[in-house]
Amino acid sequence: MEITRRRLLVLLPAAAVAWKYIQAGTPEASPNYKLSEHWWGMLIDIPKCIGCGSCVRACSAENDVPDGYFRTWIERYHVPDWAIERPEVESPNGGKDGFPPNQSTGKNFFVPKLCNHCADSPCTQVCPVGATFVSPDGVVLVDKNYCLGCRYCVQACPYGCRFINPKTNTAEKCTLCYHRITKGLTTACAEVCPTGARQLADLKNPSDPIHEFLKTHSVQVLKPHMATGAKVFYNGMDGSVR
Amino acid sequence: MFKDTEHLIRLAAVLILAVVAFVALRAAVVPKSFGQYGHYRANAIGEIAARPVAHAGHEVCEGCHTDVVDQKKLGRHIVVPCEACHGAQAKHTDDPATIKPPKLDTAVVCSRCHEANSAKPKAFPQVVTADHAQGLACDTCHQPHRPKIEENKTEEAAASKPAVKSATGGKK
Amino acid sequence: MQIPVEGFMYPNEVELQWSVLIVLYPFITGLVAGAFILASLERVFRVRAVKPTYRLALLTALAFLLVAPLPLQLHLGHPERSFEMYLTPHRSSAMAMFGFVYLWYLMAVLLLEIWLDYRRDIVLKAQSTSGLTRVVYRALTLGSSNISDRSLSIDDRVGYVITLIGIPSAFLLHGYVGFIFGSVKANPWWSSPLMPIVFIFSAMVSGIAAVMLLYMASTKLRGKEIDIRCVDVIAQYLFYTFVIDFSLEMVDLLQRIYEADESFRSLDFMVHTRLWTSQVIIQILLGTVTPIVMLGLTQVVKMSEAARKRIYAIAGSLTVVGIFAMRWNVVIGGQLFSKSFLGYTTYKMGFATREGLLTAIVLMLLPFAILWVLVKLLPPWPDATSHASGTVPAHGTT
Repeated sequence: MEITRRRLLVLLPAAAVAWKYIQAGTPEASPNYKLSEHWWGMLIDIPKCIGCGSCVRACSAENDVPDGYFRTWIERYHVPDWAIERPEVESPNGGKDGFPPNQSTGKNFFVPKLCNHCADSPCTQVCPVGATFVSPDGVVLVDKNYCLGCRYCVQACPYGCRFINPKTNTAEKCTLCYHRITKGLTTACAEVCPTGARQLADLKNPSDPIHEFLKTHSVQVLKPHMATGAKVFYNGMDGSVR
Repeated sequence: MFKDTEHLIRLAAVLILAVVAFVALRAAVVPKSFGQYGHYRANAIGEIAARPVAHAGHEVCEGCHTDVVDQKKLGRHIVVPCEACHGAQAKHTDDPATIKPPKLDTAVVCSRCHEANSAKPKAFPQVVTADHAQGLACDTCHQPHRPKIEENKTEEAAASKPAVKSATGGKK
Repeated sequence: MQIPVEGFMYPNEVELQWSVLIVLYPFITGLVAGAFILASLERVFRVRAVKPTYRLALLTALAFLLVAPLPLQLHLGHPERSFEMYLTPHRSSAMAMFGFVYLWYLMAVLLLEIWLDYRRDIVLKAQSTSGLTRVVYRALTLGSSNISDRSLSIDDRVGYVITLIGIPSAFLLHGYVGFIFGSVKANPWWSSPLMPIVFIFSAMVSGIAAVMLLYMASTKLRGKEIDIRCVDVIAQYLFYTFVIDFSLEMVDLLQRIYEADESFRSLDFMVHTRLWTSQVIIQILLGTVTPIVMLGLTQVVKMSEAARKRIYAIAGSLTVVGIFAMRWNVVIGGQLFSKSFLGYTTYKMGFATREGLLTAIVLMLLPFAILWVLVKLLPPWPDATSHASGTVPAHGTT
């Protein structure tokens, strides 16, 4: 086809519009990954957690988490006697460097925390513009190109897992390493955990071992009275855990 | 009758114009993929998924470092993923010749898991480093990939390797 | 980020999310709603005594409503994206829906009511001034110069309907702000069905007090006589509204203390330590109990005009400060304790920063500057407007 000036006048704007659509990207997560075939969650086995902080460091490296903010963190609980309602909790730098030596008596354990990827997420309920959402495969994500940084979602999260990234001025939190799990990998935190205390779970995949685990163990979610539909399950969790 | 309500009709016209302008603006500006799956920009899913991966995963490491795997198989650290200690290494696995992982300070790395803490499971191997190591770095006596010291080899192991004073004294 | 923390807080909770600017926002919208309710007392409920403050109340409401979005814009991480709230509002979000409530109130209620009430004056001014002022007035006439008795009486009837709609709209405006906080189940200091109601009544209190103070101050500045019957009636409404507001807050407090749920110990400690000055001393003692007692005294004890005026001025000022303290205690207080109920953080307010004290002060002064312009453009004084020839409509200028 000969490129005449007239044809160019027609082609160029058409090409510009088409380029905008191409640049706009596509919603598919990756080839061969079907959104409707997955419903993601996580299993945390508290008796196995040794508080080494590998998960916190791995998450930070995998997701460029800014210093002082945490997409995941570890809490150390000390429950004196039967005082379930008054535990002593600490999380020095989120547990990123592990924990200092401690020989206290009583009941002590570690609890890793992260976004619970709630099915009835209160954070998505309050977002004024639709910048945070539950994806069709059950992961609560933030569209950082759309977020206003109003911080309402940070207020609405009962678990304290959200923060505002000071570089992008948008809301941020654990994405369940969406960029990994859609490629058949596991989350960075589960990848490095030396004791298997953290495991990614696909609640829609019947061959995922978590289905059997959930049937045979007593598990809880955090703050069940909030009815958030949390999908991070804790095995062996003490009543004092906040 | 109209004469006396003319000002209200003008006002109504202004408001209708504003609404029309708003609707037109909305059609032009709202991202096309918005609303495809729900009240959000569906393209965000693809954008988030497209982020490059930073951890390679232990299977990738094991593909090349078979000697390390053989060592680990003999001990308890077989369950410890490579990047738990060595950090995210996808950059290294993409370009192994140029990008090398840094050498680790065992006094820092090992104590994260093995420093005695009453919150750790009782059965988990843990020591009070200050008493146990007496200022020495962990790899003076322990081989990190196969950490258990065979009983009759303890003193040999300590004697054969020069005492390595930890550069940081075990603190980060 | 060295923020002193006591006890345990989730790591991301240590830094406060909403600053003093978010305290300003409910305070300003509260003044708007309250001022409007005062104006509607005359228009709809025919309380003739407060007529001298009618137009002033409307202009005050407008001045503050125009400033209201500014603290929000300064607070946002991406203010340039704020219009997304109108383009793709998330219907489940109280904040998104509030954008429309605000717009509705501003356009359909306040601006319309002011325009209709002032239209005659605007047309006359458009004909009698020159230069830039004339252009402004002409624009405001929307090209119509009909101020016949019939058109003015139509305006009056339409204005009545708008005020009628405006009263629930004013309640909706500030009740919604209360709901923005009250609907957050994650925060027990905020989550309460009483929150919208408490916000509405405290808004009314602050708005009525503010208009009363502005009327008294502006009348004195203009060297005129304060209509004592007018301020007597306003003070009465202020008193009774305040009693209702205080009762509601006490009901909430007593219920909390009695039920003592899992959050109570933490909140109680917070009030006794970090919020002692702002809540107990400033909000309750100085800002609520004192003005109520002072105003109550004027209701039961015979006092001279001068004494009453002094009491109204002091009580009114304390009221406005007290309601500001209430907003502070809700917004800042709600972020000082950990959602684990095991710790407390500190609010570090900057000074000359985007969300600092200086910004807050400027934003609080700005409505007065705008009001000054509005008052020059559309004088609200009962004696400043010319009389209509022929019959004077039932409502309008004196």
